[in-house]
Amino acid sequence: MSYPESYRYTKEHEWVHADGSEGTIGITDHAQQELGDIVFVNLPRTGASVKRGETFGSVESVKAVSDVYAPVTGEVTAANELLSTKPETLNGDPHGDGWLIKVKLADPAEINALLSAEDYQKYVGAE
Amino acid sequence: MSAAPASTLKRTPLFDIHAALKAKLVDFGGWNMPIQYSSILQEHHAVRSAVGLFDVSHMGEIEIRGPEAAAQVDFVSTNNAVKMKTGQAHYSALLYEHGGFVDDILVHKVSDTHFFLCVNASNQEKDFEHIRACNRFDANVEFTSDRYAQLAIQGPNARATLQKLTQTDLASIKYYWFIDGSVDGVPARIAHTGYTGEDGFEIYIGPDGAAKVWDAILNAGQEFGIKPCGLGARNTLRLEAKMALYGHEITASINPFEADLGWIVKMEKGEFVGRGALNDVLEKGITRKLVGFEMTGRGIARDGYEVWSEGAPAGWVTSGGPSPTLNKNIGLCYLPVEKAVPGVAIQILIRDSPVDAVTVATPFYKRAKG
Repeated sequence: MSYPESYRYTKEHEWVHADGSEGTIGITDHAQQELGDIVFVNLPRTGASVKRGETFGSVESVKAVSDVYAPVTGEVTAANELLSTKPETLNGDPHGDGWLIKVKLADPAEINALLSAEDYQKYVGAE
Repeated sequence: MSAAPASTLKRTPLFDIHAALKAKLVDFGGWNMPIQYSSILQEHHAVRSAVGLFDVSHMGEIEIRGPEAAAQVDFVSTNNAVKMKTGQAHYSALLYEHGGFVDDILVHKVSDTHFFLCVNASNQEKDFEHIRACNRFDANVEFTSDRYAQLAIQGPNARATLQKLTQTDLASIKYYWFIDGSVDGVPARIAHTGYTGEDGFEIYIGPDGAAKVWDAILNAGQEFGIKPCGLGARNTLRLEAKMALYGHEITASINPFEADLGWIVKMEKGEFVGRGALNDVLEKGITRKLVGFEMTGRGIARDGYEVWSEGAPAGWVTSGGPSPTLNKNIGLCYLPVEKAVPGVAIQILIRDSPVDAVTVATPFYKRAKG
């Protein structure tokens, strides 16, 4: 699976895609592969605040629970409803339909500190 | 589980095959074992609806021989070994004097003077030392794990798959009996046992023949859609069938009556290690007991989570997770004995939030008898 060039990535295996002042956040293909079958996703409500580097939800596979960390600071404008009934979407399309939340970015410049697609893939390859 | 470097982990004779199949490998009690090959869910469903093949060569083997082998096994374990017939197997337990579990085991009676024990991987050295320390009948107690690979073939098509590879009439082996025969030309102890709640066999073979037999079984099962299965599916399968896992449902501080395993304790058989303590337990009565539950609120219970009842902490989850067959989130927990009955409202503390659950009758899944 390819890592979109327009996304930015974290070493904790989240991605964020900024469009103006809105950012969409998800977990990477590498993350979903490591987790295996995803059976439950716990996300914040609309209006909640997320803070860069802090956990905002969790993704559960058959085997284990994993925290998800916010790559950027902002206010949640949407949580992906599809994942409450079809969590397996996260395995099938982690960079697309399996997005987790959308946020109103507190500081769009925060994105610049994150990894490029190329750097993230190098990081994952070396891990 | 401690994260030892992969290089120091023990490997089964099938390690290269697992690597070639691109299995996801994990440290399981010091062993580098496949947790999954394709997907835990797919592997789980393969066992419930067709057939799955597991490498369980990490399990330990201990053999007890001598004219008083039966008396020795009887003394060191809870079930009645003296009553066993040659070719019979049973589930049993090794206990400490204080009545807590050393391990849960499978005992096979090979002959009047030879018993073959299958024990948990991470307990094998401890079990061996325990049996030797309790050797009052001067039996020959031998640690023979290195001489065996073990494969589990489980699922409704397990027998049809294995039958293609052996002269032994598998239909003649009753549940919890075994026969020494061969599989694909390799000498094998073929036991009608399992840890999935499904019909199936566990076979013990020499390590050198393991790869050949593994491949032969996968080929034979192809027409049924056989899948190699990892420890992930093994765990979801055994949980649905409410089979105990050492370190979870049973530990050194849990006794068999608490673990709802009174049926493997034969108090009437006479003296055995732990009997005195169990006698006291029976006189006083147990205070806590293992019970199944299912989540009614949104959330998955995991091992170690606290259980609440009527606004106060009441117990803990020993095993929990999704049930792929039932499509529910289920678990086992210890609760005060008066609450360890079906239909009690409880809450599982999931990351500091109480989520509703209810106790239920077990096993969660029981196969239709064919």
